[in-house]
Amino acid sequence: MSMSSSVKNTIQGRMTAIERKDQIKRETANRRKPMNPMRWVILVACVLLALIILSPLFLMVLNAFKTSTDYTQNGPLSLPSELYFGGLVNFWKATNFPIKFWNSLWISVVSALLSVGLSLFNAYALGIGRVRGSAWIVALFMILTMLPGEGFIYPLFYMFNAVGMGNSQWTIVIICGIINMAFGTYLLSSVMSTFPKELLEAAQIDGAGRWRTLWGVVFPIMKSNCAVLFIFFFIWTWNEFYFTLIFLTSGDTQTIPLAIASLQGDRIMDVPTINAGSLISLVPAFLFFLVFQRTLTKGITAGAVK
Amino acid sequence: MSRTATSAHNKRERNANEKIYEKRLRSGYGRYIIPGAIGTVVILLIPFVANIWISLHNWRGGRSKMKFIGLDNYIKLIGDEKFWTSFSNSIYMIVAMAVIPLLIGLILSAVLFDYIGREFGGKTSSFLRACYYIPQILPVGVAGILWNWILNSQTGAINRILAGFFGVEKTPDWLGDPDLAIYAVMLMLIWSQIGYPVVIFMSALGRVDPELYEAAALDGAGWWRRFTAITLPQIKPEIFVVVLTCTVAALKVFGPVYMLTKGGPQSSTLVPSYYSYINFFGKSQIGYGAAIASVLAILIAIVAAVIMVFQNRSAAREREGALNA
Repeated sequence: MSMSSSVKNTIQGRMTAIERKDQIKRETANRRKPMNPMRWVILVACVLLALIILSPLFLMVLNAFKTSTDYTQNGPLSLPSELYFGGLVNFWKATNFPIKFWNSLWISVVSALLSVGLSLFNAYALGIGRVRGSAWIVALFMILTMLPGEGFIYPLFYMFNAVGMGNSQWTIVIICGIINMAFGTYLLSSVMSTFPKELLEAAQIDGAGRWRTLWGVVFPIMKSNCAVLFIFFFIWTWNEFYFTLIFLTSGDTQTIPLAIASLQGDRIMDVPTINAGSLISLVPAFLFFLVFQRTLTKGITAGAVK
Repeated sequence: MSRTATSAHNKRERNANEKIYEKRLRSGYGRYIIPGAIGTVVILLIPFVANIWISLHNWRGGRSKMKFIGLDNYIKLIGDEKFWTSFSNSIYMIVAMAVIPLLIGLILSAVLFDYIGREFGGKTSSFLRACYYIPQILPVGVAGILWNWILNSQTGAINRILAGFFGVEKTPDWLGDPDLAIYAVMLMLIWSQIGYPVVIFMSALGRVDPELYEAAALDGAGWWRRFTAITLPQIKPEIFVVVLTCTVAALKVFGPVYMLTKGGPQSSTLVPSYYSYINFFGKSQIGYGAAIASVLAILIAIVAAVIMVFQNRSAAREREGALNA
């Protein structure tokens, strides 16, 4: 299992490496170097690439508040001749945006909580308890994270329809919850397998049962790992496309990304509506990115395995 | 002295009690895996096996009758041109989601970490990294609709710019031309994927001992020499992780194709996941769709296994090398 051990090292290394890296960077930054024209060329090249990568988003903002005729006459690169909020209003009304927002929010929160909780339980049994065959079970979870959704979608579709959950948001909560759990179990188990034994023994001597040890000893130490997982699961579920496309078929159940996607080709989707709709649909993702940027960068290797 | 003696004594005592401890330590954990195990079996394992079972049938879905036809669906696949198109398009997807982002990511992360970070400070390099990473966190439904507009032949931003500023008279139909559409899809995939290896590799580089670079620099090694002699070997584990995850993601890609082209024009951008999707939910050929999905799952398993074996071998070679040295 050198794959899993290398991944484990990667992840554990990451958490401490980030701090170390920052320190090294600070030290090296303090050293003054002689002027060199090359360094500006390289900086400009890197900034230019960033601008190219962000250009679709600049185009979006630039054209979100322009009238259709303004766009037709002056093209995508001009500033809007007047601020026009018609696109935004159209999109807001057509999608009933607050409902979509609420749907996305509660589905993602509940699903992420579910997967973090189950991952914690699984990892407690596999990483700390080393129940029989735990190495195999962890390997199985790793394989399951790679399974394509197509490989089990139809039986799921049939099953959920048979129990009358065809258009229920709980399908997404459960499916994303379990898929993300497979990933979280894999990750947390490897972190927990290095959990200090002395702490567990001490808890046992104090007469704490498994349940109390989990919440009193293990969870407080694993809290930051769980938080990173929660943030990732939240974003993955928020962005989920395939399963929501198949299960959420009516307007009142859909999520934000699905709502805008299902308006594709609709008559109301003129250029300002497309851009204003994209803009407002991206606002939550952006805010999330800004707030959790540090945690995200720390935990992205967690995403590395997905 | 006395402290070592005590700790040795403790150790002996612990060893003696090890067995009892182990037994007590290990009991009572099993029940914690039960909820997760039930979920995995019901949501993933049973449906996966059922899907393979369905692939052996002719079935229109819903309440219609299932007819067992053995491997007929798979035999039909061999002669199905669209099936082969979809899987050969997967190679384009791997190029766009794994190969190109990997190569650009390697260079970019090394430049950001080793050069920009050093010359202009850590703030500059992490700001640039964040800029490269942003497309990764955008939902594909929204990014897809944006790109669909940008690439649109009539109202699209690119063609408007081409016509308005460069006076191009016959602007290309990016998503409607069977020769071009796959490259247009690849463009969006590269865009969305590029930040991922940059972030992974940059944090991997944080693990590398900076003294290695300083020693190499003192020996007069240039940037490229340091890149190939230090950076690449040091972050090998992360390179494998990126290759594995990006290749698997490329084989599974669905959202961008659905949003940009729906597999068209003339099936030129068809990918396996989309092909199985239209068989499931468009044509109601459930058995056939299940067969495509099963082939895809097996292919992903094989590709993942090959990459992992390759990585194991390389790690083993390294250990041997370390021992010999």
